[in-house]
Amino acid sequence: MEEQPKLPDLSEAERNALEELMPDEMSEIITSGIKRRHFLKLFAVTGTSVLAAHLLGIEQLMARSMPIEQQAPMLIENGINLSFKVNGSTQRLTVDSRMTLLDTLRERLNLTGSKKGCDHGQCGACTVIVDDQRVLSCLTLAATCEDKKVTTIEGLATGNELHPMQASFIKHDGFQCGYCTPGQICSAVALMDEANNGDASYVTANVRKKSKSIKLSDEEIRERMSGNICRCGAYPNIVDAIREVHGDKAVAQVWQFADGTI
Amino acid sequence: MSETGKPISRIDGRMKVSGKATYSAENNFPNIAYAFPVRATIAKGRIVSIDDAVIQKEPGVIAVISYKNAFKLKPLDMQAQAKAGAAFLGENLPPLQDNVVHYPGQFIAVIVAETYEQARTAAYKLKIGYTSEKGAVDLKTELPNSEKPKMFMGEEAQVNDGKAAAPLAAASHKVEHTYSTPVEHHHPMEPHATVAVWEGTDKLTLYDATQGVGFTGSIAAYFLGLQKENVRVIAPFVGGGFGSKGLWLHTLLVAMAAKAVGRPVKLALTRQMMQTNVGHRASTIQRVALGTDAVGQLGVVRHHTGTYNNLTQFFEPSGKQSLVLYQAPQREVTYNVAHLDRSAPTFMRAPGETPGTFALESAMDEMAYQLKVDPIEFRIKNHTTKDPVKGHDFSSEFLLDCYRIGAEHFGWSSRSMEPRQKRHGKYLVGYGMATATYPGGRSAASVKVNMNAKGDVTVMTASIDIGTGTYTVLAQTAADALGVPVNRIDVKIGDSSFPPAPLAGGSQTTASIHPAALDACVLLRKELTALAIADPNSKLNGRNPDDIDHADGKLFVKGDNSKSDTYLNILSRAKRSEIEACATTLPISGAGLTIPSALCTPSQTPPEQNSDVKQYAFHSFGAQFAEVWVDEDFGTIRVKRFTSVQDVGRIMNEKTARSQVIGGVIFGIGAALMEATEYDKRWGNPVTRTLADYHVPVHLDVPPIDVHFIGKPDPHISPIGARGIGEIGITGVSAAIANAVFNATGKRLRDLPLTPEKFFDV
Amino acid sequence: MRPFKYSNASDAATAIGIVSANPTAKFLGGGTNLVDLMKEDVMRPTELVGVTRLKYAKIEKKVDGVSIGATATNSFTANHELIREKYPLLSMAILAGASAQIRNMATNGGNLNQRTRCTYFYDVSMPCNKREPGTGCGALHGENKNHAIFGWSEECVATYPSDMAVALAALDAVVHVEGTNNTKRSVQFANFHRLPGDHPENDNNLKHGELVTSIHLPVNQFADKSYYLKIRERSSYAFALISVAAALVTDGNTIKEVRIALGGVAHKPWRASIAEHWLIGKQATEANFKAAAAAELKNAKPLQHNKYKVGLAAKAITRALEGAMQGGVYGAMEADSTTTNNN
Repeated sequence: MEEQPKLPDLSEAERNALEELMPDEMSEIITSGIKRRHFLKLFAVTGTSVLAAHLLGIEQLMARSMPIEQQAPMLIENGINLSFKVNGSTQRLTVDSRMTLLDTLRERLNLTGSKKGCDHGQCGACTVIVDDQRVLSCLTLAATCEDKKVTTIEGLATGNELHPMQASFIKHDGFQCGYCTPGQICSAVALMDEANNGDASYVTANVRKKSKSIKLSDEEIRERMSGNICRCGAYPNIVDAIREVHGDKAVAQVWQFADGTI
Repeated sequence: MSETGKPISRIDGRMKVSGKATYSAENNFPNIAYAFPVRATIAKGRIVSIDDAVIQKEPGVIAVISYKNAFKLKPLDMQAQAKAGAAFLGENLPPLQDNVVHYPGQFIAVIVAETYEQARTAAYKLKIGYTSEKGAVDLKTELPNSEKPKMFMGEEAQVNDGKAAAPLAAASHKVEHTYSTPVEHHHPMEPHATVAVWEGTDKLTLYDATQGVGFTGSIAAYFLGLQKENVRVIAPFVGGGFGSKGLWLHTLLVAMAAKAVGRPVKLALTRQMMQTNVGHRASTIQRVALGTDAVGQLGVVRHHTGTYNNLTQFFEPSGKQSLVLYQAPQREVTYNVAHLDRSAPTFMRAPGETPGTFALESAMDEMAYQLKVDPIEFRIKNHTTKDPVKGHDFSSEFLLDCYRIGAEHFGWSSRSMEPRQKRHGKYLVGYGMATATYPGGRSAASVKVNMNAKGDVTVMTASIDIGTGTYTVLAQTAADALGVPVNRIDVKIGDSSFPPAPLAGGSQTTASIHPAALDACVLLRKELTALAIADPNSKLNGRNPDDIDHADGKLFVKGDNSKSDTYLNILSRAKRSEIEACATTLPISGAGLTIPSALCTPSQTPPEQNSDVKQYAFHSFGAQFAEVWVDEDFGTIRVKRFTSVQDVGRIMNEKTARSQVIGGVIFGIGAALMEATEYDKRWGNPVTRTLADYHVPVHLDVPPIDVHFIGKPDPHISPIGARGIGEIGITGVSAAIANAVFNATGKRLRDLPLTPEKFFDV
Repeated sequence: MRPFKYSNASDAATAIGIVSANPTAKFLGGGTNLVDLMKEDVMRPTELVGVTRLKYAKIEKKVDGVSIGATATNSFTANHELIREKYPLLSMAILAGASAQIRNMATNGGNLNQRTRCTYFYDVSMPCNKREPGTGCGALHGENKNHAIFGWSEECVATYPSDMAVALAALDAVVHVEGTNNTKRSVQFANFHRLPGDHPENDNNLKHGELVTSIHLPVNQFADKSYYLKIRERSSYAFALISVAAALVTDGNTIKEVRIALGGVAHKPWRASIAEHWLIGKQATEANFKAAAAAELKNAKPLQHNKYKVGLAAKAITRALEGAMQGGVYGAMEADSTTTNNN
């Protein structure tokens, strides 16, 4: 269970974030690279501090997956050597053929943003984007992902800039407990592309009429988002959030942090 | 300007939208092992064999734990448990202590393995032999053998048993019907999960999906035989609860498993286990009778509930609202509780009121129709400003305003009394309304506030944010009390090592912890004031503390802004790296709370010494309005719009408060139209096993929801004036919808949920 | 999930070879049903061969119709221009099923091979002849609200859950399959799935190791008048209580050709041949639609808890035919999109 030194170079913003959160570890990180236990500590610190979440650089750090220890080969039955891209970086690991993409992200790559809500394709909490399509990572065997491009909730932000859909969810309170949220947002992001492609849905008035890109009504947004269950009941707010990103006039921003973040 | 009440966005929002908020199963540790429980496949009987030796040899298996080798837990002992704050074990069945099977799905063994896949496979392969008896699995069959419990949660369960018969016989108008509601499951999106990490043999940390870290810690400590302070429970983020996240047996199982294998162990329930192992709302068969005089004045309300339980004292208290709503001199509220060999029922969002308002508020609609009076008029005519049983005035009550505001916004006046008058294409359109109500509670709570030399403030309490907005509103309260911007306040909750706070349930978190937070901030300011006054270099030196005010991170002399001193300067000159204060407020009623340290100062005016508490009844009220479209050919119903007006005291944050009400209404739409767990009547297995067959509302089921608040602070519940808001939103919703269906179609549906086949049965 | 060997097949012959050689091997498409069932321990293959990378993902125009590839996803198929324009019934049916995410994963071949949603099949602690022949049918005298009203046997009362297949049944599709040694055969859709009889463990007439390669849609004139109606317990993301694929060709108001297939009523998509036969040459009126539906439903044999399906199916057939007459415009038949925004 060796810790693999990794990610020797840090951006300015990432370095600042680490310095703020883990000042004692910085010299070690700079000399020998960031290690898994640093990530664990980072998770622990940011997991309990809402202020830490607003630090510049945190988004990039979190999007970087850090494989958890490679299990000894004898422990892996029917091992599959897998190479695929997650949030832009190539991951190589050996997985049990039974392992789903969701469990690989959560248990092996420390990308726990994708959620396990039902594990049977009945809730949408595990939605990720694979090769530009929204899919359910709980029903996707990791073994089928060779050479594929996976984008998770951790990979949506650009630098410290949240994806517009993430920002809109905050503004419109498109969540309560937050557990379905990564799936809702990944789903909503992919939905924007589907609308641009002119894809139809079950509530599309006439599927024979195909246009290049379509403007979604609320009813269309609801139908197309129906594969993402929210038990807290944030649905109307999620529809508002999506509608704003989809091009409706922005609803006035009611509040923001003094540094301009939402 | 005051932060409290502002619709600010959640301060934890950024973490939630970027996947950084960590939930219990996401705590990964080196050398962690995975546990997967094995469930009983019979309703009742005994285990006679377990092929654990065979499964022990399966790849990756570290341990097979069953009653044969499990750690011996402390046995049930209600008195000792109550003393230890450990009374509410979800199910009175410490796991793996004997070979008895009490219901299908009961945890009877647990596999610990190197990987999740290996643990699951081994659990599936484990062969269990049973001797099986016929179980009691159907409420209707068992109700004739039921009992009338004397008490419910410390209150008389049977109120005026038999007293309504005479006034009902004498009533000019009478409505009496049976209303039934099904078994419902909470199904928070995050399945329950726990990671257990032992330090030696006497210290345990549980990363647990729980609605109460202190609560869970006390119960776990009791059954595991540990000191309470040696069990730390951590849950900064919890993916919904709705009453299901108390302490259920898997939390003990994983602690036992981690102890057995000497490694951190993770156990996450499957969605299927959420149907059998973490409680549910029991089904009810309710008989409601109303009697009025010739002019429609209610004289009598009778509400009888038939329900069941097992392995718990709890039963669904669906008569609760019938003791609170409307003037009626005589009321009778009674219960029959049968035993079923089914997992224990428990609290679920507005326990009692959710099924109970369906029955009472449907009956009110039936009576209004019989009297040919508008349903709102009928309710106004029978309105009460006092608790009709205890006689106390309500602490703060604006129900009539709720009716009026709701009717205006909804456009109630365009409703016709007679059904089947409105159509839209193939659809019959109907309007319905109902009253909402839920008690206002308040428990003991402690909050600690810390300010560092940079002026950053940390608020700490062992409360939980299950999606309610606790993080955000606490920051708002502290911001106002200290005169510091919200974005300088870090809120730390969800850790039992913080000062104790109540379970996030019963709509009482805000009402309980905010008075304590306010007190703690006042204490902190007092200390800063004292430092400044004592400091010759301060412009406030020698002033009377009563002359000092605060704003924008500083103290100043009232009426003279130029005489001021910033918090930073006060701390810096005093060479203090931080300053801290802690306060405890006491409950309205119920058990007290240990004050955690000398730092925690009890509130100046504990509410139990406050005469208000004895004089008033604390309840929230509201009015729910639904428009439904019914496709009569198919029996499909869609709620097309919904208006909810709530009188819940002061609103701490309009944005998060509105979200809670919307969430409650949607939960109610689920209960009205689709949610039901059904069981096989021979074996007792749930036949709705997953989210594919236990339907909860999806996006397309949910219309625009228009929410309004009265917003008047309750002057008696606390200096903050907020009552809870998490549960009232669901109450009355299913009645409003069923009443709207009657208005649309003339069909009165009294058996929830209103799925298409119910329509064909009428 | 029991342990299994996994490989990605690069060509059909290899995939077919591996599965044919191992009686407990399976092809893996999108995984939306098989992985689900494996996690439930209902299906326990010892070997999986991933087929989604095989070159069967095309949708092509042919002289006698359109060929849709077996490994094309449901989403790709439903949104393909050829399908939307020429076979809108199929687009509507696919879009009525599951969720966007599942349709992005599910393959057409996999859809034809999906298994029942019967709870007794899914719960390994209850009896089920389909899962474990000889254990009995738990649903026959159990909770059978969602079960069959046509064509069931004492051995099995399960229904087939696909929406897509109901449209394919109405469209008289032909399924192309490939077996070992490059043997190819075509199966009329009506003969693809089967009724349970004494062998409910077999959902369809494929032999072990046979791989669906494409589905052929014959040319037809139904595009102007077709409709897929789905009735379920919530508005979306739920299996059908009853679904109806209806398609008509009329001359004036006289019915020249009509296709009606039902979902949620039998072990296979149920062609309402009696109703179809009754309608030929008749006027396309509500009264005639009702009469035809009644004629079909006369032969229904409901179980204890699904009697409602008989009346519901009759009304659904009528409404679906009306919908088809109105040109398959969704809003005309179901909840419309006139709701106001909530701001």
